[in-house]
Amino acid sequence: MGNYTLLLSGNVDFMIKGIFSYNCFGHEVWITTTHVCTLIVMLLLVVFAAIAGKAVKKANEDEAPGMFLNIVELLMDFLDGVINSTMGKNASKFVNYILTLFFFIFISNISGLFGLRPPTADYGVTFPLGVITFSLITFNKFKHQKVSGVIKGLCDPWVFWLPINLIGDFAVPVSLSLRLFANVLSGTVMMALYYGLLPVFVKIGIPAVLHVYFDLFSGAIQTYVFCMLTMTYVSDAIGEG
Amino acid sequence: MNISGEEFIKGCSAIGAGLAVIAGIGPGVGQGIAAGHAAAAVGRNPGAKSDVTSTMLLGQAVAETTGLYGLLIAMLLLFVKPLV
Repeated sequence: MGNYTLLLSGNVDFMIKGIFSYNCFGHEVWITTTHVCTLIVMLLLVVFAAIAGKAVKKANEDEAPGMFLNIVELLMDFLDGVINSTMGKNASKFVNYILTLFFFIFISNISGLFGLRPPTADYGVTFPLGVITFSLITFNKFKHQKVSGVIKGLCDPWVFWLPINLIGDFAVPVSLSLRLFANVLSGTVMMALYYGLLPVFVKIGIPAVLHVYFDLFSGAIQTYVFCMLTMTYVSDAIGEG
Repeated sequence: MNISGEEFIKGCSAIGAGLAVIAGIGPGVGQGIAAGHAAAAVGRNPGAKSDVTSTMLLGQAVAETTGLYGLLIAMLLLFVKPLV
């Protein structure tokens, strides 16, 4: 296994670990840390959504909103503003998907703060997200530009550009998912190296700064970028019509 | 000194991983240029600060992708060891 001195000198550990395996129609299927962490993130989101929904339903127009309701309103106001300014009149159709994406990716990215292994540091999580965005783009392209418009777009300057345009289209989900994956993975690896390799006395205080940068800042930026690019691509596919 | 074939490949993989992360130079320079121009833009038009900042961050994150590909290659060489 790891013959490198790097891996032997400390307990550097950022790999995905299998927890238990079971047989599924002749295939060995593993339940890994990613599944568990995704479940925890989803549970958190469901609880938050339930509490926020109850608070909104109970809200009284005549009195000032409480602390929690205020925060929820602030958040939704900000996100609605971003989506509306990017997608214009198409915003209402996609606001649910974009918000779901935003909350899931954001909580996943910052889950490193709570000692979980971020689910988005697994290519098996980010690639499906990219594929969902890709299907949204393709569906809206065919819906709004019709087949003739799609063919015209593929042969844009000239017919010979068709393969290049095709590669460009299929690179979208790959680059989207790889960007998110590699950013979160690099943060995870850095934190694991810092915790694993250095003596105990530097582990007090300094990791907090690193966590703020690698988990909070980087995670927030990548969430923003993923949602922003999804919105841009989808409104590009819808076009003017 | 005897070096087995596997050890030789592992050593070469480590060198290759080091070479692969040189890809980080490009995005570094590119992001610096983007940030510099954004700073100039904010200096000329301080009212548009939030718009300029969000555009800069988006562009920088997209430019970062090439560097991340290099990082991914290095990770693959070090931890997945496809050549051994």
